Amino acid sequence: MSIVPIIPSLLVKDSPAKVPRKISRRIKFESELDLSFGESVAERAYGENLLSCIQCGTCSATCPLSHYMDYTPRRIIAMVREGFKEEVLNSLTIWLCASCYSCYVQCPRQIHITDIMYALKREAIARGGYPPRHPIPVLAREFFSRVKRHGRNTESFLLVSLYLKTNPFAMLKEAWLGTRLWLSGRLSLKTESIKRKKELRTILNAVEAEKGDGHQ
Amino acid sequence: MKYLYYPGCSLRSTGRAYEESMLALFKALEIPIEELNDWNCCGATAYVSIDETEAFALAARNLELAENQAGNGTVDLVAPCSACFLVLTKTQRYLSTYPEVSRKVNDALKTVGLEYEGKTRVRHPVDVIVNDYGLDKVAKHVTRALKGIKVACYYGCQIVRPFATFDHPHYPTSMDRIVKAIGAEPIDWPLKTRCCGGSLTGTIQEAGLRLSRALLKEAEKRGADVIITCCPLCQHNLECYQGRINNKYEETIDIPVLYFTQLMGIAMGIPEKELGIQRLFRKPKFTSVSAKGGEAVHV
Amino acid sequence: MSKTNGHEIPRVGFYVCHCGHNIAGAIDVDAVAKYVATLPGVVVSRDYKYMCSDPGQELIEQDIKDHQLNRIVVASCSPLLHEHTFRNATEKGGLNPYFFQMVNIRENVSWVNDNKAEATEKAKDLARAAVRRVIHHRSLEPKKVEIHPDVLILGGGIAGIHAALTLANAGKKVYLVEREATIGGHMAKFDKTFPTLDCAACILTPKMSDVKNHPNITLWTYSEVTNVEGFVGNYTVTVKRKPRYVIEELCVGCMECIDACIYKEGKYPDEFNVGLSKRKPIYVPFPQATPQVVVIDRETCIDFKSGKCKKTCIESCDRDAIDLKQQEKIEQIRVGTVILATGYQIFDAHRVPYYGYGKFPNVYTSLEVERLVNASGPTGGELILRDGARPKTVGIIHCVGSRDKNTNRWCSRTCCMYALKLAHLLKEHTDAEVYNFYIDIRAAGKTYEEFYDKLLDENIHFIRGRVAEVTNWAARPSEEGKLVIRVEDTMIGIVRRIPVDMVVLAVGMEPKSDAQEVRRLFNISCSTEGFFLERHPKLAPVDTFTDGIFIAGTCQGPKDIPDSVAQAGAAAAQALMLIDSGSIELEPNTAHVVQEECSGCKSCLTICPYHALSRDEVKQKATINEALCKGCGTCVAACPSGAIKQNLFEDEEIFSEIDGMLDLQLVGTNKG
Repeated sequence: MSIVPIIPSLLVKDSPAKVPRKISRRIKFESELDLSFGESVAERAYGENLLSCIQCGTCSATCPLSHYMDYTPRRIIAMVREGFKEEVLNSLTIWLCASCYSCYVQCPRQIHITDIMYALKREAIARGGYPPRHPIPVLAREFFSRVKRHGRNTESFLLVSLYLKTNPFAMLKEAWLGTRLWLSGRLSLKTESIKRKKELRTILNAVEAEKGDGHQ
Repeated sequence: MKYLYYPGCSLRSTGRAYEESMLALFKALEIPIEELNDWNCCGATAYVSIDETEAFALAARNLELAENQAGNGTVDLVAPCSACFLVLTKTQRYLSTYPEVSRKVNDALKTVGLEYEGKTRVRHPVDVIVNDYGLDKVAKHVTRALKGIKVACYYGCQIVRPFATFDHPHYPTSMDRIVKAIGAEPIDWPLKTRCCGGSLTGTIQEAGLRLSRALLKEAEKRGADVIITCCPLCQHNLECYQGRINNKYEETIDIPVLYFTQLMGIAMGIPEKELGIQRLFRKPKFTSVSAKGGEAVHV
Repeated sequence: MSKTNGHEIPRVGFYVCHCGHNIAGAIDVDAVAKYVATLPGVVVSRDYKYMCSDPGQELIEQDIKDHQLNRIVVASCSPLLHEHTFRNATEKGGLNPYFFQMVNIRENVSWVNDNKAEATEKAKDLARAAVRRVIHHRSLEPKKVEIHPDVLILGGGIAGIHAALTLANAGKKVYLVEREATIGGHMAKFDKTFPTLDCAACILTPKMSDVKNHPNITLWTYSEVTNVEGFVGNYTVTVKRKPRYVIEELCVGCMECIDACIYKEGKYPDEFNVGLSKRKPIYVPFPQATPQVVVIDRETCIDFKSGKCKKTCIESCDRDAIDLKQQEKIEQIRVGTVILATGYQIFDAHRVPYYGYGKFPNVYTSLEVERLVNASGPTGGELILRDGARPKTVGIIHCVGSRDKNTNRWCSRTCCMYALKLAHLLKEHTDAEVYNFYIDIRAAGKTYEEFYDKLLDENIHFIRGRVAEVTNWAARPSEEGKLVIRVEDTMIGIVRRIPVDMVVLAVGMEPKSDAQEVRRLFNISCSTEGFFLERHPKLAPVDTFTDGIFIAGTCQGPKDIPDSVAQAGAAAAQALMLIDSGSIELEPNTAHVVQEECSGCKSCLTICPYHALSRDEVKQKATINEALCKGCGTCVAACPSGAIKQNLFEDEEIFSEIDGMLDLQLVGTNKG
């Protein structure tokens, strides 16, 4: 298995206008769809307007990352609405969303697209269906547990554990930058932490406990 | 009026110079500010990718602590990092818009005897300086007007979108006006709110670097002497990856990237050390040369 | 038995309508009829398939005669639809028509309930309440008012012009009041019209001069209505005629004064060319302006600004038509009916900064492009951009300020078609590559789809996607110096960057900024988006809720020229109907003051939304003008001494209805 994360190498090619393709069969049977997917996502993502999407493509065009995505944000919305759950949760699009909220403010239907992307990331992480060593879910998980433990994040440790878990060799590449940051006093090697850690954990556990009886 | 200060994790690490320069600037302008006691991480973009309600609760604890620390009435909580600013304003907005969010978060806060009443206003230092303090007052503090210095104001995404109300979500002007007030010249730059790549530079690096590269190239093309930012992650991406971008894409970009507070501090004659200038990888060439003392600035 | 006075023993006839399956499908009508038959005073209780049909109505008439009925109740649809029908049937049977009460068990029951048992119970409750109420109805006579035959038309665009000519040709006297210095409206600015591509001026200007020359039309341009009083058939309207500093009766439009103006060149933005050219302070809006009379703009004229002008204009006029001391003139007219045709305004493209209007010189609004391609426009029809270049590529962005919850939610209906037309004209003028960026193409009009076909054949690009941004950020050398349009080509599923020389924003239509003031002046309603509200969206599209006030054209909602003209004709016909019938019967549900009980406290005077109340200063009592009263009941509720009563809403009628609804037993009344 390749040690280098598969995603970056896929990313930077310009549009594959000249790449020869193999013939593949593409058809969708209604029985393969999850027809409740659209409504369930709309419910969880404050995306109550998701169903009112008119497929104008403003989100895709304003998105600074849409040209790296396998499906443009507009297509993701259409697929969510129509129940293409597998395609959506396995797409790279949801991981490429950098939460810049461009689409969120410009959507003529005021659909909360960024919130929808978050909801999809959560669902994909919860069911574990993302590519192995995928750095973004790993980063999210690391961040989550560090903050839950200490109340604050320590950037240096977060990055170290991210590289260890995704791409140890890439860390070597980053070592020089890390050293320079450390030398200029911009990278602390002390674990940042709040004082009332227990208080914070009680709050977060209370949320978790409540979730047990309701939907997520 | 006293402000409470929410540093966030980055200003204690990669963004240290932002904290240093902001506090030095506020001191020079005599804007009273005090750190929020026992603040916790805002949750950024990562926490919400795992659990949304917990993320709101995490942020809400800070809003509650601010309300508590201030005592009576509303309180202004200054969050300089864009991610913190966004998460805190978003939490504020969703708590007041969606009763279900508010109920869950307040139930959780109650388990440790906290209760958020909604009296915290989340502010950004740009907003405080432009709209509370006033640019004509800023101009009076300028001792070394940065005449002829061309500045690309980079706002990034989360500072103006979607919950900030102090400027336009795609075409903000606050920092451009600050730049004019300190005697420098803001350039017309169409990418001022286009994403720098955010945390993608650390995860899907090629995508992230390409976004930063577009910003840097356009700033260079339009003759910027310096880029200023108001976000620690933007500053980090645009400054620290310049070398790697040059190598990878065969560019020759060389633009210093300063926090807006640093640039203001330079114009006001605050010693460079207090502004954290020494921590920059690319030092601005104009700090000691072009600035002359005592010139009036036309706002 | 006819014309009972309400004091005899009640004999109620009750009828429940099946309305096909509409009511009978959701309500057990048989059970309702059987139940009502048991109520005190009910002599006949029937169910019938369609009560509104001729046999249904005849049933009522016959029963009145056979069973000596003196009260009628029909449980069917909304009174808006058939109250009139059943009142007529009641009258034909020999009763006063107001001895009738209607129960709406369709909109209020069968259409909104899916539980048949519950719906049936609700229908019974409503029927019982109506039976109890109708017993207290009194005989009423509707009041008739005369209709003054003159008509006021507000707004001289194509709708106002067409309505004015229709009425004037029918021999009616029309006042056409226009705010601007000329009539013609937006249409006068357009180049060609879709889908036929006939020139707008060629079809409009003959009608404009017909208006000017018609003996039955009084044309007041540069004028505004400032006050309206009265009621249907009898409106008194005050019109302010603003000074144009040129005596209209003397000016022949020779324009020598314009040549003589101390400004050698135009200096101020020319409104007719939407600011694309300059005019002098003294000007005629455009060559075919009607009336062909010069106007002086006091905001820009040196003499008004400083008093230090040589007044060369006065010297040059050999008819002494220029009068710099002219004052505004107030006219008062009496009319019976009013047609509002006040039009629309275009969406302000500055509100969507991501399209760069006002920032990039080569971003135009569609209205500007109409002038730019027009032979009488600022460039004489040459397509020269603000920066002097001729475009080789043009992008037309649809839905600017339409279908967007952040600006205007509605579809402006005309933009697709005029964008297609502009695409055709731009291609014809410049042979440029023309791109249309659209969300959906709405070409739903006669021969509109064929026009779309024609455009496709002309090899115009149609890219389905809403543009996110127009930027001058060049990401490739080929984009340098161009405006770059960023859009997702949603048909292909890929984001495209398209460099163009010229961007055209197909701006939407919105209510005029002062539509609310006009609404208040004429006491009509607006829909949520701010367009004037018609009485019924399908069946009364040019009526308003105020009798005698009609609406036509884009003040009612976005529409194109054919629809505006059709509405103008309809509004004229509605006005004619009133005028030629000579009088109108008013609904007698009006309020009246019981003089002996009025304390003269004046609390009712200010709250009447229709200004129907006034104070008789001699008697020191309130009086109500029944022609103005709309029967809203506000004053009845507000009167602290209970001195105001309202026909059809007398206390005992309302209380009996409530008692009936709650099924309280009748006590202490001699009618039970």
